[in-house]
Amino acid sequence: MPLATELRERFNIHPDPGAAVIALAGNPNTGKSTIFNALTGLKQHTGNWPGKTVLQTQGTFHFGGKKYILVDLPGTYSLLANSAEEIVTRDFLCFARPDATVVVTDATCLERNLNLALQVMEITSKVIVCVNFIDEARRKNIFIDVDCLARELGVPVVVTAARNGLGLTELKAGIDALARGQIVTSPRRLIYDPDIEEAVARLEEKIPGEIKEWINARWLALRIIDHDRSTLDNIRQYFKVPEWGVLRERYKYCPT
Amino acid sequence: MKALPLSELPTGQWGRVVSLKARGMARCRLLDLGLVPDTPVQAVRRSPLGDPTAYRIRGALIALRREEAGQVLVTPL
Ligand SMILES: Nc1nc2c(ncn2[C@@H]2O[C@H](COP(=O)(O)OP(=O)(O)OP(=O)(O)O)[C@@H](O)[C@H]2O)c(=O)[nH]1
Ligand SMILES: [Mg+2]
Repeated sequence: MPLATELRERFNIHPDPGAAVIALAGNPNTGKSTIFNALTGLKQHTGNWPGKTVLQTQGTFHFGGKKYILVDLPGTYSLLANSAEEIVTRDFLCFARPDATVVVTDATCLERNLNLALQVMEITSKVIVCVNFIDEARRKNIFIDVDCLARELGVPVVVTAARNGLGLTELKAGIDALARGQIVTSPRRLIYDPDIEEAVARLEEKIPGEIKEWINARWLALRIIDHDRSTLDNIRQYFKVPEWGVLRERYKYCPT
Repeated sequence: MKALPLSELPTGQWGRVVSLKARGMARCRLLDLGLVPDTPVQAVRRSPLGDPTAYRIRGALIALRREEAGQVLVTPL
């Protein structure tokens, strides 16, 4: 099995003991890059994704004496439909395993943003939801019940107006607390129909322990049921597990 | 009211999603865009060549190609 640092290096995250890696994910146009620039002071550096044409941008900031490497991911509505942007985001969350992920949402159309938030929360529990565009929402008389949202999602929620710099200190503090393990989340879990849940439980058992250490087994079992070839191919590629029984079995059923 | 493909919804008009004909990844994509049953959707404008069309879905403008919108059944509101 590759080491954490090796996997991260494939995403151009160079080993830096003591630094935590933070991902910025979200729907297109929710203000991820604005937040990225505000937090990092645009000390950015672009690198090519291994084997992909999509660029990721990374920069650094400090908070509470700790160094943070912030990664600006492309905007996506989903992690399932397999556009290049979605693959980049999904692979980063899966294989680079950020120490925390900020899901940036648009307060003026929050509902549609929560689909991605829930999908991210299926992969990693270290999530903080940033409700951005709160200035626009106020102008449109949209009120966001932040406490209720945090309770329903089971992860911390921070409100920002990134263009005006509002709420960014709170966002940094939230990231810091999450990355240091001072906040423990309990992400809302989607419960599927009983037949799916039963199949998930059966598949989860078959997933090898060394993969479970890296990837949320429940999420992976759901992808196997989905016949999500792209995810499974990339797992084989990153983890070099050519003869993994569950995958073999699943490929038998997968129409090519 | 009779259901029709979203691609046939006249510009400016609202409809409500009844069901999706798409399967597999195409279905996933439509669901991810917010087109789940009971969702109100408006045909906002057509591009000069008639394709794609911009739809208002859950507060955002989303462009769909005719073949994608044709996979969504709506009842006009
Ligand atoms: N009013 C307001 N505008 C904002 C806010 N945050 C960002 N914007 C503006 O929204 C637009 C999009 O912001 P970006 O930061 O490029 O969004 P993004 O999420 O990086 O977009 P993609 O990379 O395309 O997914 C820009 O014009 C920003 O100035 C905010 O909180 N309030
Ligand atoms: Mg951006």
